[in-house]
Amino acid sequence: MEAKPLNPGTAHIPEAPEAHRPGRLAWTEERLREQALNVRRDIITMLIQSQSGHSGGPLSAADVGTALFFHELSLDPRNPAWPERDFWHFSIGHVTPVIYSLMAERGYFPLRDLMGFRSFEGHLQGHPSRHDTPGIEVSSGSLGQGLSVCCGVALAARIDQQPRRVYCVMGDGEQQEGQIWEAAMFAGHHRLDNLCGIVDWNRKQIDGDVEDVCGIRPLAEKWRAFRWNVIEVDGHDLRQILRAFQAAREYRGAPSVILAHTVMGRGVSFMADDHRWHGKPPKPAEGERALKELGTSFAEWSARLLAGGAAAAGSPSRNGGRT
Amino acid sequence: MSAAIALLGKGEKRKTREGFGRALVALGERDPRIVVLVGDLTESTMVSFFAERFPERFIEVGAAEQNMTGIAAGLAAAGKIPFLATYGAFASCRAADQLRVTVAYSNLNVKIGGAHGGISVGPDGATHQALEEISIIRSIPNLSLIVPCDYWETYKATIAAARHEGPVYIRFGREDVPMVTSEDTPFTLGKGEVFAPGRDLTIIACGVMVYEALRARETLLGRGVEARVVDLHTVKPLDRALIARCARETGAIVTAEEHQVNGGLGGAVAEAMVGTHPVPMEFVAVMDRFGQSGKPGELMEAFGLTARHIVEAAERVLERKRG
Repeated sequence: MEAKPLNPGTAHIPEAPEAHRPGRLAWTEERLREQALNVRRDIITMLIQSQSGHSGGPLSAADVGTALFFHELSLDPRNPAWPERDFWHFSIGHVTPVIYSLMAERGYFPLRDLMGFRSFEGHLQGHPSRHDTPGIEVSSGSLGQGLSVCCGVALAARIDQQPRRVYCVMGDGEQQEGQIWEAAMFAGHHRLDNLCGIVDWNRKQIDGDVEDVCGIRPLAEKWRAFRWNVIEVDGHDLRQILRAFQAAREYRGAPSVILAHTVMGRGVSFMADDHRWHGKPPKPAEGERALKELGTSFAEWSARLLAGGAAAAGSPSRNGGRT
Repeated sequence: MSAAIALLGKGEKRKTREGFGRALVALGERDPRIVVLVGDLTESTMVSFFAERFPERFIEVGAAEQNMTGIAAGLAAAGKIPFLATYGAFASCRAADQLRVTVAYSNLNVKIGGAHGGISVGPDGATHQALEEISIIRSIPNLSLIVPCDYWETYKATIAAARHEGPVYIRFGREDVPMVTSEDTPFTLGKGEVFAPGRDLTIIACGVMVYEALRARETLLGRGVEARVVDLHTVKPLDRALIARCARETGAIVTAEEHQVNGGLGGAVAEAMVGTHPVPMEFVAVMDRFGQSGKPGELMEAFGLTARHIVEAAERVLERKRG
């Protein structure tokens, strides 16, 4: 197993006061750390309840996702179509447990809805559906398509001279899809610097180690060759993640991609770094073990979710984005 | 005599793709949300008119149809009305998954201009002769499909597609084709038009086969047979009421399309008819084979797609009708 972040490309960036755009929470690292723990608890609880869905990817993306939703993004969950919102999109549609947790915790819909994940009655499909879930802007689930969508949104913002930023979360196995590189070439050519890609580089895919299945290395060089600004971070180090977002925001003349070195199944000891947890949920007893490691139990956390209405982390129309 | 018959015989020809290109300019003049994307086929899809008039709203994607489809989806998600243009073979087959998951499942307002449909593409041969779009597109929920018959109908179909909220595929051809409609001929998305009256059978056609159907009608008239001719330009949503009425009133149907017989216009008509008023039916179409190089006229003859073939089908169906 090779060592993780090799070259956190953010060391040179000074910590600056965060710009306060409406709808942006800009939470502190400490608060984000607590929230990321809650997100992991949501993920396991949803999976125990549904007994269907993916465990590994949602856990590896939990820290980057939390930083994105509770620090970086400018959005209004109460008004998902707010014209000035930033655009976020998970091209890896299979990580719905983390997507839906982030959405509910941020206030797009009530926390109790998470308990209906993947059920016939609920509105939370196995993969994200614009038709079913308010706040999902474009459906995904067939890998490789999301970066193109994000190019389109970034282009529209440029045509309309809007300050919107666009964030696309991709997987590392997904880098094997050809369309990713069609989109990368397009964004590099058009210098879409309002676009930020994030690769959740957990080094595993369904069939095993990414490098054994069909190696994607050297990945940073590939993105650079496609004319992107490349930032490498430890995808579980919130300070590095926040600096990377800032660096991407401030970079002009090229799109940025954050290569986030992560561990599949991060946060649950028996899932960590094991590709067999890519696409399956924990059995109830395994789930309880996982939740115990995360400091809670299914009874306690499912009760929290079922009691939970909208989490309401902030709404720019009401409080100007400050909390 | 209907207006359509009156036009038949004047011999004026124009390209359907020119109707597409001219309509885009008209749309661009009146709606700033209209944007046009092309995959390295600016001249041959005739989006060059739009590119000259509105360079700031024209996006050259290069030879990357899957990416183009995703970018169009992103533009639509950001409130634009994107029209993408490429050859039908690529728009429907190569980007089928992108159309299905990103565009149609999300029900995004993307318009697809599929040029060079049909065997009449000619010398380029089978790879470029799109013969599968109707089957593919009409099997995907939310997508509408128009197969206009001449210059003016393509123009109107393009305008109608922009007005329709939701994804629309427009299939048109390469060659100059005879004009059978005028600027004043009615056009409503989802409604077929009776172009010529008749009680003995109905010929239901789309695309350039509408002209062949009108010619076939003339021949049949000489043999004492009155064939009704229906221009069923919208294959989806299908004008089921009109199909049922024609079946009931004429007791026999021939469909004519420059497309594979499997799942094409004929299949759509048969599905609708069987559930309402089943009558004998014959198909004029490409019989489950790939195209080949040749001159458009000789290919239409060799693949059984001329007025003569429609007349033969009409005689077969009349014999079955008589029992």
